[in-house]
Amino acid sequence: MSAVWIQRVDTFLRGLTPATLILLLVFVGAVPWHLPGLAPVTPAFPLIAVYYWSIYRPDKLPFAATFALGLFHDLLTGTPIGLTALVLLLVQGIVNSQRVFFHNKPFLVVWWGFTLLVPVAALTSWVIGSIFLGAMVPPLPIIVQAALTILLYPVLAGVFSQIQFHFMQRL
Amino acid sequence: MLAVPLRALLQRFAFGLLAATAITLMVLSRAEPELIERLRTGITDASAPILQFFSQPAASVASALDEIDAVMAVHEENAALRDRNARLLKWQAVAQQLAHENEVLQGMLNVVPDPRATFVTARVIGDSGGPFVRTALINAGAAHGARKGLAVINGEGLIGRIVEAGERSARILLLTDLNSRIPVVMEASRDRAILAGDNTPRPRLEFLAVDSRAGVGDRVVTSGEGGLFPPGLPVGIVSSVREDGVLVQPFVDWDRLEYVSVLDYTLPGVLPSTRRAERVGSLR
Repeated sequence: MSAVWIQRVDTFLRGLTPATLILLLVFVGAVPWHLPGLAPVTPAFPLIAVYYWSIYRPDKLPFAATFALGLFHDLLTGTPIGLTALVLLLVQGIVNSQRVFFHNKPFLVVWWGFTLLVPVAALTSWVIGSIFLGAMVPPLPIIVQAALTILLYPVLAGVFSQIQFHFMQRL
Repeated sequence: MLAVPLRALLQRFAFGLLAATAITLMVLSRAEPELIERLRTGITDASAPILQFFSQPAASVASALDEIDAVMAVHEENAALRDRNARLLKWQAVAQQLAHENEVLQGMLNVVPDPRATFVTARVIGDSGGPFVRTALINAGAAHGARKGLAVINGEGLIGRIVEAGERSARILLLTDLNSRIPVVMEASRDRAILAGDNTPRPRLEFLAVDSRAGVGDRVVTSGEGGLFPPGLPVGIVSSVREDGVLVQPFVDWDRLEYVSVLDYTLPGVLPSTRRAERVGSLR
């Protein structure tokens, strides 16, 4: 293989970083952690990742990838199929439409944007999930999950920005 | 490179198409559950080795924490266990005597024996990880004898039943799930009811007779009605009796589900086993 080809493959693989991270986080969310009361309120890890990469590298996370990963999450965890896929798409769509706002903003502003967006996502999934299941899903776990997801954002965003710095700088 | 406006248009088109697909899938999974179920079992089968790999470190972290806890409490626990052991030895004597007596009496009455249940034990490799469903994935599937409809238990009591079985993985619907309905009976008063999950930790008893004398602390066990679950599996105890319903606290500790047993309880010769499972599946 010529150097040009190796270069291309390398670039391609680095471009897959966001999708790979989300896939990994889907697994992290599906594994039993045996922590008291965690399972029903497992933070929405994929939501954090989709928000982060939609802001910082939207070119490396196409809608189709978000959809496929959301669908995979639904199939793996037993969530009503299509629910997570739809909510993740919605979040990415909103971020994409507000790109001008998010451009070059400090971390706190981005986190604040996330705290506004998570309740919207939670409410949407609660309404659609309840309609789908034909019964009102208890809202408390959803509220706790939303809060945990917001609190976890700085941690995961820190990890993502390190990864982005090391793997995707020249992409 | 495409022109920027054209790209934006394509993006919008993709978004609309994918969102519509997601909604279509939701509707389809209600209309054609079989199709989606096959998709699900395919995905969980393929992911089972990965989940198994990931769930091992998670389990060891949890058990390390337990270990620390256990060392801290070892003295008190020892005293409590000695005490309990003494009491259990007495109970053991009583139980042996009763078992013997029961056997003799059943022999005198020519009682038809209940079929013996066989079981496979499997590890929990995934949980629902979300607020909408209460399910768990185990690393046993059709290849190991786990079929749709079978009861799943552990040492503490009933956990739920299998709703999807792939080749090497299966999904358990926990008895706390919104969709779970299990025929139960109050152990002492023999009042029958349906234990209905509602995604909260404490499912409620439905269709309990109005004149039922159910009280807090009563044991609830499976009734065996429908022939799917063996009768007498411990489920939980009544935790509150109020105007709006009777709640049951299951015996199972949901945070520590590690190994579970899938019970194959089929009345031999009554019905072909697969038909039974299907029938129950369609009752859902």
